[in-house]
Amino acid sequence: MSTTDSHKIDTKKLDSIIESYGAKKSNLIAILQKVQEEYRYLPEDAMIYIGTKIEGLSPATVYGVATFYAQFSLDPKGKYEIKVCDGTACHVRGSMPVLNAIKAKLDLKDGQMTTNDGLFSLETVSCLGACGLAPVCVINEKVYPQMTSDAIKVILDTLLDGER
Amino acid sequence: MEKTTLNLDIKQEQAKAQEIIKSQGLRVLVCAGTGCVANGSLQIIEKFKELGADVSVLTDYDKMTIIPTGCHGFCEQGVLVIIPDKHVTYVKVKESDVEEIYESHIKNNKPVERLLYTDPQTKQHVHKNEDINFYAKQTRTALANCGKINAESIDEAIAVRGYEALANVIAANNPDAVIDEIEKSGLRGRGGGGFPTGRKWRFTAANKGGKSYVVCNGDEGDPGAFMDRSIMEGDPHKLLEGMAIAAYAIGADEGYIYVRAEYPLAIKRLRKAIADAEARNYLGKNIMGSDFSFELHIKEGAGAFVCGEETALIASIEGERGMPRPKPPFPANKGLFGRPTLINNVETLANIPVIMLNGADWFAKMGTETSKGTKTFALTGEVNNTGLIEVPMGTTLREIVFDIGGGIRNGKKFKAVQIGGPSGGCLTEEHLDLPMDYDNLIKAGAMVGSGGLVVMAEDTCIVEVARFFMNFTQNESCGKCVPCREGTKNMLKILEKIVAGKGEMSDLDLLEDLAQSVKDGSLCGLGKTAPNPVLSTLKYFRDEYIAHIKDKKCPAGVCTAMKKIVIEESLCKGCTKCARTCPVGAITGSVKQPHKIDQAKCIKCEACLTNCPFKAIVLE
Repeated sequence: MSTTDSHKIDTKKLDSIIESYGAKKSNLIAILQKVQEEYRYLPEDAMIYIGTKIEGLSPATVYGVATFYAQFSLDPKGKYEIKVCDGTACHVRGSMPVLNAIKAKLDLKDGQMTTNDGLFSLETVSCLGACGLAPVCVINEKVYPQMTSDAIKVILDTLLDGER
Repeated sequence: MEKTTLNLDIKQEQAKAQEIIKSQGLRVLVCAGTGCVANGSLQIIEKFKELGADVSVLTDYDKMTIIPTGCHGFCEQGVLVIIPDKHVTYVKVKESDVEEIYESHIKNNKPVERLLYTDPQTKQHVHKNEDINFYAKQTRTALANCGKINAESIDEAIAVRGYEALANVIAANNPDAVIDEIEKSGLRGRGGGGFPTGRKWRFTAANKGGKSYVVCNGDEGDPGAFMDRSIMEGDPHKLLEGMAIAAYAIGADEGYIYVRAEYPLAIKRLRKAIADAEARNYLGKNIMGSDFSFELHIKEGAGAFVCGEETALIASIEGERGMPRPKPPFPANKGLFGRPTLINNVETLANIPVIMLNGADWFAKMGTETSKGTKTFALTGEVNNTGLIEVPMGTTLREIVFDIGGGIRNGKKFKAVQIGGPSGGCLTEEHLDLPMDYDNLIKAGAMVGSGGLVVMAEDTCIVEVARFFMNFTQNESCGKCVPCREGTKNMLKILEKIVAGKGEMSDLDLLEDLAQSVKDGSLCGLGKTAPNPVLSTLKYFRDEYIAHIKDKKCPAGVCTAMKKIVIEESLCKGCTKCARTCPVGAITGSVKQPHKIDQAKCIKCEACLTNCPFKAIVLE
């Protein structure tokens, strides 16, 4: 864990999240999901706060849970979260060329998840269950069916234009 | 045994709900499953509603109601619009088509021919749903209502006998008889393992007395599978009813549905369904005025494949890292929060109300000797009609791929089917006529698994697919036990080496050796089945592995490292264009002389290939 954290943690907000689910260990995952929805990632201070606030937890166990599940991110995600499905059906129908096209378009280096301007983040997910439309991409909950490397470039251009 | 008196008459409720449906006038069903929503079905629904506001134009009806339904299964042809009273199914409908359907068919009774499904063989337009080959060969029981009712309306569920089985079961006041019936039906777990459902219930019921739980496993993580998602989205009440019946039979009063976070629509519809059922007292305290109470919660997963394993799923509900626990103790004795717990998969539970309504004998008539009933499959990959299907157990692969699936896309040749996801194996041409059931598939080195069927054509590289699955399981291995954590990693390394063209023949023995150790030594199902895709592809496609290793060739032409780009001397005019295009200076030759590619320098970018005016450069 890094010790520098740019996000100021609003403990009141965290308290209300914890309270809304109930300060119980079994609600930890739901609480973390809500925190991530709020901040677009899990700030270190938030994890420490939750770990000390709920009985039966420690910051270490919270960190353990946060790093176990693929959904949680310890780094800020982009304003546009791009998920490229790489389930079997999408893989067989060519999800990798789409992924590579996005990487090239957004100038993402290997291992880099979020663009330098914080606009886009890119990840692959194992299966979105929309196999009939393979290959699919999801950008902020919107599903784009039957993607090709050309089609995704057009979509990204539209989003970029909207930002200018 | 004395009967329990209920405070409602379910038959009366049913009649009321049917009246509501009648009052809807002309019903227009628009698929609003995840797939069709992605293709714009919400806009279609809005457009229809806009047009339908003017009811004066309808001749036979006083109104028209647009019904957003769950997944209809024929995702390939989405968006689907079905008008049951007019016996018509429209396919690939766009927002811009809505007006024509409305003007021509709804107002003037003239079907819109161009939006009908065209049979690929006969080239004829097909009007009725049941005449479309894709549907004609199916038997829908678990999916019976998916796509036919408004998934967000409890009345529509009640109208098609929803909660009738639950009411009967509570009134009969004999939980053991329920277990007997399920046992007699021969239903086996639809999540992959195929364990007899009735027996599981009996084990859990044996611990009756204190607190116990019913958990629904909706963590459908197999890539290429979406059967459970479709049930949760399309007919959520059937699942709730199945869970309530299970709870009644085993004496539980609380339950959880564990759903993957990747299924937001399923979560939304389940939440609404639970709230609606509670409001009617079909769930909650003293259900239908009886002593039986059942409180149901939803738990969202957070993206971990291993949570589909029942003990890992329990750990996840408890708020921990989703790591499997050793068995015994089995969940039936000591499960969620240390209490006896019954865990069943979505499809298994969706079969319960149907069995209780129609009887075990009716159910057992379908299927084979050892595998009763029907099974849903997600048919995807290189097949013409991708989608969700349900067929009796024992249906052959040929019927599924060629009759229902309409054969392979673009006239390509069938190569194999990957069944059961990362835990399963592949089936080849020789298995096309094998009746598919739990035991036959195990014998063939595969498994029913959750029901993902990915069809592969001649241009799919089998070794690459094995690598793909191993990469998946290696990523998803939770790391708790060494054989799975280290074994899958090393198996993946070997497979990567082979697809990179650096494999040796001894690697194949090492792969098989490792596979056996991972199988034998892993703690949970994930590890125990992780080597299956490798073992089954090695068994049926050893030649392809050998081609990659010995000839350094990928017979399907997929693996980039194996590709060799060459210049055909006879066709090369020596125009030098390729040499100028090559980014790494791998091409040499004098003007008007045939050029050559230095294979050691070539990075296989194919820039020369696309630029050659004489088509002299080819991929070998």
